[in-house]
Amino acid sequence: MANVVFYAMYNDDEVLKEGAKELVAKGIKVNEVYSPFPVHGLDPIIGVKHTRLGIMSFLYGLTGLTLALVGMRYFMISDWPLNIGGKPNFSFIENLLSFVPVAFEMTVLFAAHLMAITYLLANKTIPGMPAFNPDPRTTDDHFVMEVRLSDNQNFTEDEIEAMVMNTGIVELDQKRI
Amino acid sequence: MHKEATIRKPLILGHKSYHDITEDVCRPIEGKAHRMWYILFTIATIIAIYGVGCILYLLGTGIGTWGLNKTINWGWDITNFVWWVGIGHAGTLISAVLLLFRQKWRMAINRSAEAMTIFAVFMAGLFPLIHMGRLWLGYWVVPIPNHFGSLWPNFNSALLWDVFAISTYLSVSVVFWYIGLIPDFATIRDRAKTPVAKKMYSILSFGWSGKAKHWNRFEEVSLVLAGLATPLVFSVHSIVSFDFATSVIPGWHSTIYPPYFVSGAVFSGFAMVITLLLVMRKAYGLEAYITKKHLEYMNIVIIVTGGIVAVAYLTEFFMGWYSGDEYEAYAYMSWGAATGRYWWAFWALIFCNMVAPAFLWIKKVRTNFTISWIIAIIINIGMWFERFDIIVLDLHHDFLPSSWIMFYPSHVDIGIFLGTIGIFFVFFLLFTRYFPVLPIAELKTIVRGSGQSYKNETAISPAYSLEQQNLAKTKPEVKLMYKGASTASPTKAKDTKSHTESTIQKDDLKKIEGIGPKIQEILNASGIITFADLASTTSDKIRKILEDANLKMHDPTTWPEQATLARDGKWEELQKWQDELNGGKEDN
Repeated sequence: MANVVFYAMYNDDEVLKEGAKELVAKGIKVNEVYSPFPVHGLDPIIGVKHTRLGIMSFLYGLTGLTLALVGMRYFMISDWPLNIGGKPNFSFIENLLSFVPVAFEMTVLFAAHLMAITYLLANKTIPGMPAFNPDPRTTDDHFVMEVRLSDNQNFTEDEIEAMVMNTGIVELDQKRI
Repeated sequence: MHKEATIRKPLILGHKSYHDITEDVCRPIEGKAHRMWYILFTIATIIAIYGVGCILYLLGTGIGTWGLNKTINWGWDITNFVWWVGIGHAGTLISAVLLLFRQKWRMAINRSAEAMTIFAVFMAGLFPLIHMGRLWLGYWVVPIPNHFGSLWPNFNSALLWDVFAISTYLSVSVVFWYIGLIPDFATIRDRAKTPVAKKMYSILSFGWSGKAKHWNRFEEVSLVLAGLATPLVFSVHSIVSFDFATSVIPGWHSTIYPPYFVSGAVFSGFAMVITLLLVMRKAYGLEAYITKKHLEYMNIVIIVTGGIVAVAYLTEFFMGWYSGDEYEAYAYMSWGAATGRYWWAFWALIFCNMVAPAFLWIKKVRTNFTISWIIAIIINIGMWFERFDIIVLDLHHDFLPSSWIMFYPSHVDIGIFLGTIGIFFVFFLLFTRYFPVLPIAELKTIVRGSGQSYKNETAISPAYSLEQQNLAKTKPEVKLMYKGASTASPTKAKDTKSHTESTIQKDDLKKIEGIGPKIQEILNASGIITFADLASTTSDKIRKILEDANLKMHDPTTWPEQATLARDGKWEELQKWQDELNGGKEDN
């Protein structure tokens, strides 16, 4: 069966949220919303789950910390301990205080950069990727809600169209795939 | 949605719709640059090239080309290093710390402040590299296995901590800045008219499309990076202070250095932000976004951090005297420094860092753009003197009298310092020319809560421009904060659809080809009274209205577009088009 994709365009984020709430209440699954800025309160309405990037960042930070501490223990204590003014160079614990700056910086370095790389890959926003927003106005001042017929098998095309038209849109575009 | 008390001063003046924000920020990027930009860019480039030349001369000939000697082994090189790093800290504080404190006023300044940070830290990083002498052996600071029996760098040394700190700070700042830029590049990409611009911003925007999940990730990444960058600001400048504090030189060996340096950095950084942004604000017409309130808040940060610096000076002075240590009597913040051979440097510091910023306590002074700008420049000079005093004054008069000697900068010292200022401005001017200087997407999130006309309750939604909200023709009662603002009406416009014909002027819809008096009546009855109404109604809706009135033979496809031209007053264009149209229909 041919798929139909509806692109409902709004020019106000409050109207968008009301419209999305109405449609979801009626049982329609909204596939995607394209907006020029993050619309607060939209995610729970259309069912976007919160990202786990924060957890990933924490794990990456732990990796950096471990690498730094293990590294410094090897360089300064086990492989080549230096005589720096007679200070205890054989004990990792007693030198931990002076290892803190580098350990902290390595933690932040790994957490930040690896999280940024994960973020770009997860979004698939990498250098060379083409843009795929349906209308160039969605990065200016319009919002587009995408509803697919294939996700909403309980409704007919006309039903979805009627419901969407009722929600205060400024434009509606339909694509047959 | 960002909600704010109406009693707070607005963060965005006048009436700005979402589209207005896009226009205001993108306008300086699209189109030709002002002549002044070319002039400034040329001057900066010349100075930059001279600086690069001095650096190459230094690397080729050696550190002896500087004014250093065996007593004063750190002179302008480390002064400039700490000066630039200090300036860089404001940007991260604004973007990261103010984000964590939910201070929405940061949005007007964070993008340019971060750019300033990156270029400043880049300039700072030059100095440790070139002061090494043998720059080509610089990789020795990195712990990689080598043929010297695998000789490792000393992880107990503050100088090595600096290497890790500065590299982390520079790279994380760039990442934070760029991640925020991606959605704004997408905005410029989607508006770009020339193929070169479209290609460039397509590449820069990485294919960003504004999906809901992507924004969700964006906000999380911004929050986590802010959380990481905040301790980074404090740790990096603390580590820089350790370069001095972990030594034994009188005046350097002091535990007050980390908090003193960190506040000093924020102090000088905000001064540089004010110096740059007040000029940019005028140059790009951003008075609606960078307001008196922003200036006042930045000055308040300067008062606080400057106050901490002043307290640190008093502490150093007191403790130096109280300790009774004979060597402390000549440290940079002592009676010996005030009356010795470098008395001019000492008093410059006192005036620029303690006396001049004190005027900011007066409200009239800290809300005045010109005076604030002058004080900001004085503070920048003062902070340069602070680092100069700490380094050169303390070294020139330390333990051994036979080593006491003055420091005289060579022309290479001066050339490289001025050169870094030139390179910094080259980068900054390029940034203001090709990159969005305000965060477009972020500003749109606060327009509803913090925009002036939304606080006045004269406007309903930033989706609509003044004309669309039928506010254009009503007279203003409010005194606006800046000249050249669009007139916001004081009447309460609660519903765009139900306005009576007595308060709003009717537009002559018959001017649209295809609309006669009967159709105009029908449209008026459905709530379409002005050209703006007709322009924002889709042709399908008009068709439905006509069908309900049993007028099936009219084709309203071109009516909204005609109405757009009429609304914008483009009568000539409309006339030309109507000559091509046949009864309001496109001829194929």
